[in-house]
Amino acid sequence: MDLSVTIGSLRLKNPLIAASGCFGYGVEYADVVDLSSLGAIVSKGLFLREREGHAAPRIVETPAGMLNAIGLQGIGARRFVEEKLPELRARGATTIVNVCGTTLDEYVEVSRILSDAEGVAAIELNISCPNIKEGGIQFGCSLTGTFDVVSAVRKATRLPLIPKLTPNVTDVASFARASEDAGADAVSLVNTFLAMVIDVETRRPKVSNVVGGLSGPAIRPIAVRMVHECRQLVKIPIIGMGGIADARDALEFMIAGANAVQVGTANFVDPFIWSKLLDGMTSYLERHQIARIGDLVGTVNATTIGRA
Amino acid sequence: MPVDVAAPVIANRALSDDYNVLALAAPPIAAQAAPGQFVMVKASNGADPLLRRPFSIFEVLRDQQGSPTGVSILSKRIGVSTRLIYDARPGQTVACLGPLGRPFTVVDSPGEAWMVAGGVGLAAFATLAEALRARRVATTLFYGARTGRELFYLDFFRALGVELVLTTEDGSVGEAGRVVAPLDRLLASRPSSSRVMLYACGPEGMLAATARVASKHSRPCQVSVERIMGCGLGGCYSCVVPMKSDTGGFHHVRSCISGPVLAADQIVWD
Repeated sequence: MDLSVTIGSLRLKNPLIAASGCFGYGVEYADVVDLSSLGAIVSKGLFLREREGHAAPRIVETPAGMLNAIGLQGIGARRFVEEKLPELRARGATTIVNVCGTTLDEYVEVSRILSDAEGVAAIELNISCPNIKEGGIQFGCSLTGTFDVVSAVRKATRLPLIPKLTPNVTDVASFARASEDAGADAVSLVNTFLAMVIDVETRRPKVSNVVGGLSGPAIRPIAVRMVHECRQLVKIPIIGMGGIADARDALEFMIAGANAVQVGTANFVDPFIWSKLLDGMTSYLERHQIARIGDLVGTVNATTIGRA
Repeated sequence: MPVDVAAPVIANRALSDDYNVLALAAPPIAAQAAPGQFVMVKASNGADPLLRRPFSIFEVLRDQQGSPTGVSILSKRIGVSTRLIYDARPGQTVACLGPLGRPFTVVDSPGEAWMVAGGVGLAAFATLAEALRARRVATTLFYGARTGRELFYLDFFRALGVELVLTTEDGSVGEAGRVVAPLDRLLASRPSSSRVMLYACGPEGMLAATARVASKHSRPCQVSVERIMGCGLGGCYSCVVPMKSDTGGFHHVRSCISGPVLAADQIVWD
């Protein structure tokens, strides 16, 4: 049984990746998870400088999901290299860094810093955070913005480059195409859906930032559809995510066209989820007599049934 | 090291229409628990409700030989998840992850310990009181609630030899008003040579008021904060508290791993 997958030049021992913003810097989970047992981990978003993020309350639960507006609190790229990477290396984690910026130059500089550091396996380019005023989603919601930032970072790094796409656009596949055209090695999708929850008693929003990003099982069918659409349009690998909570969910994304998957919100509910996902995926492959999990990718039979 | 236990419900004791104490069989959590730590609890399978909820470890349960067998949580019914906890029945299992967070620093005799509890904030103090009394520390519980019917476990604390100062907002039991008033008064009457450690857990306003009173009387104060929490392990950055920074500003710390017990004089209170 071969669970390994490749994302460009990056080989992962299995397709399970801890999603950015849902796994701290990885080291927080070292007591409960063997970090080397995951395909990879993605760091919390890294800017050039430290950021404090938004005031609490930062999350609210929603039907089968949650809305967050953390505001990309973080220690910045240099402190990450000094304080977190050594332990991640020592624990055998495959570390993908999530690179953020408020300007194109900042994306490039952060990517340079992290490309020079020992133990970074790939760069996930965060052009999709819905919770900050400048940067991020501004790039990710414009085709030229996406092309320009991916192109600029492409020139600054040899590491596998993986733009993380927002679902808050009409046609996410065109953004995958723009990323591919700009030299991306893969794309990851989806980031969270911009959303809002109001307390009807107080008439106040339930997160301090007023709006936030929706994640969890509630968004999964939309995310699966978006992965399927991107698979039709681009050749580069896709890392799928959005509400994966068990092995079947992960397999669904892969059948839709994802070469690997990220798990975020479900890790909050069950930090021991990873071995359960691996077991479930392995038994599925056995039952269906599939030797390599890569053979499952994009195998959905999407022939429409009947006529309109 | 935290463990996740599918914990069978041993007992569920309703204290009122809103409050209950849920006893869960979880030996590996009970064996590690320290006063002030918490567990992340989910009383249903499936995605709605989705996330676990944080609860102070209220009691550490033991068998007749004294071996730890489980933990209990004190819950107030305010939403869907706490309704499930209120309605849980023996035989059912509840996902229970813990112990989590940094515990209280337990003082030694001849120091004194004054615990300040508001409402469901009492939950942090049963195991702390046991630890303090095991060290023969003179311990007082200042305990405020809306009404006398919502003052719970008084006999438990009395049996440990804890002195009680009770307040209710409706004046039905103890002094009428808020719990911080007698705290302020009694602190003012103590000689400054005495060593008093304050511990506080309860609503945010009560914690801020306790912090002010502690500062006014130059007493150290450990508060156990309550925040909306996503994971309990430092992964999600939901549960932050603004703490004073060296530069005169603030920085956000995650109350799940840097707390829930924090130094009151380091918090930037609103």
